[in-house]
Amino acid sequence: MTATAHPDLEAGGTRTPPQAPRRSPVRWLADHLVLIVGILVLVYTFVPIGYIFALSFNEPTTRSATGAFEGFTWDNWTSICEPDGLCESLRLSVAVSLTATVLATLLGTLMAFALVRHSFRGRKSSNLVIFLPMATPEVVMGSSLLAMFVSLGFDGVLGFLTLVIAHVMFCLSFVVVTVKARLAGMDTRLEQAAMDLYANEWQTFRLVTLPLAMPGILAAAMLAFSLSFDDFIVSNFTAGQSLTFPLYVYGSKLKDFPPQLFVVGTLMFLVSFVFVIVGEVWRRRRLAALR
Amino acid sequence: MTEGPATATDPVVDGETTKRRGWGWLLLVPGMLWLAAFFLFPTVQLFFTSLYDPSGSYEEGYALTWHFANYVDAVRDTWNLFARSFLYAGIATVICLALGYPLAYAIAFKAGRWKNVMLVLVIAPFFTSFLLRTLSWRTILSDEGPVTDVLQTIALLPEDGRLLATPVAVIAGLVYNFLPFMTLPLYASLDKVDHRLIEAAGDLYASPFSGFRRVTFPLSLPGVVSGTLLTFIPASGDYINAELLGTPKQYMIGNRIQSAFLTEHNYPLAASLSLILMAIVVVMVVFYVRRAGTEELL
Repeated sequence: MTATAHPDLEAGGTRTPPQAPRRSPVRWLADHLVLIVGILVLVYTFVPIGYIFALSFNEPTTRSATGAFEGFTWDNWTSICEPDGLCESLRLSVAVSLTATVLATLLGTLMAFALVRHSFRGRKSSNLVIFLPMATPEVVMGSSLLAMFVSLGFDGVLGFLTLVIAHVMFCLSFVVVTVKARLAGMDTRLEQAAMDLYANEWQTFRLVTLPLAMPGILAAAMLAFSLSFDDFIVSNFTAGQSLTFPLYVYGSKLKDFPPQLFVVGTLMFLVSFVFVIVGEVWRRRRLAALR
Repeated sequence: MTEGPATATDPVVDGETTKRRGWGWLLLVPGMLWLAAFFLFPTVQLFFTSLYDPSGSYEEGYALTWHFANYVDAVRDTWNLFARSFLYAGIATVICLALGYPLAYAIAFKAGRWKNVMLVLVIAPFFTSFLLRTLSWRTILSDEGPVTDVLQTIALLPEDGRLLATPVAVIAGLVYNFLPFMTLPLYASLDKVDHRLIEAAGDLYASPFSGFRRVTFPLSLPGVVSGTLLTFIPASGDYINAELLGTPKQYMIGNRIQSAFLTEHNYPLAASLSLILMAIVVVMVVFYVRRAGTEELL
């Protein structure tokens, strides 16, 4: 993306002060150095994706496919659901993550607004309670939850419900912190200005506060989804007999490793990519329509 | 986060005028109930578990005898695992900051209309399973892998040297897996920085570097603090990287807790190790946040 994106990146940057009069060559280099380093870091994060992509076309000669590339084939792509239980695990993962993301984002955003915008007794202890799950190793949360579910007689229904409960629990604090970080530095004079211009509380919230907070809320939702979708440790304790995708991968690591797992890995990446492109096109259309 | 003397610079005091009293705290209730039922309650249960008589067993049950000696035993046997965990997590956090800051800065200030695309590219690799990614690092860093080859060719690594199954591989895995936890809060903070302040620094003859050091960086400090916390905390409790990329010689405290819970079923030991880990992390975090002067963050 570097080659095609570059001119646009510069063009987009003109909103900020690159044409300032005292721009030295050193400043220019420093500006672009940061962008280059940033793109290199992004490239580095994509290295394993490249491996996963390549191995999705691998035709392993042995039963286990974690090793080297042995031969090219399309077969893995046409037989995704062939390994026992793979697609069921994916379906469960998507259902759990979507439910947990919606619940955690909703509850967490409400909490962030309460903490940043309202003063009440017990704010500091509330902050402590919200912070503690993040300071707790997942293995601790998972095992203590399992112990509680068992002692409450939930043994029989371990699965979707208990997974959602656990995932909302550990995503919640991350949502609160992310949204709070956005709200804490927001210029409240903008809202005062809206009120001065005779907007009522609801209009101010909908037209000023919410749009300003939205990047934080979206970032929080994305974080919650990726935390939930990818979770292995807590799910390992709370899933009972059901398997989410990470649990399925971990189970396969110990025995046969079907190459279809790499296909799913690639697809996950591609699907999120498509979402981005669709979202971006939609955003630009809307901007164009506003002009 | 705990009660302490408010100072003039305390953001809580500064923001007092914008905060409203009244029923706003009700927004907090649903989330708090969730945390109370599914986090606090199980953790309190865990505390009692840690004080069970260790002579009991998983099958026959334990007696609650307020056996505080469990903690002494746990620390005596595992202090080196604790030390190793915090060392690995600390190094990984510093490297994440070094990689994540330029990335977040580039997105916030240089990406222009590609900002959203780059932001999602930060997370896109992490939609692919954590285990699959760690397994592919195992292939990349393996003895026959490209990284080992290159390092051996340029003699940074001896001919028989290896990367996999060393602390380097475990730390590299931690860095990779927790990088977005650093990048996203940094971005959230940098994105809010008012460009006019940086321009003003330039107008007042600050060099770009001192402008960054005295304006941009201090304004991004909340992001630095939350980024380092969100990286360090899960990294210090992680056990998958040590399991997949290391050997028992690189095992961290998470590996010990996991095996005590799931393999040995030694619940009192596992519970006391968990609570010690939690306590150390909380103390370190509170100290760090105080030093950085960003209490409002928590």
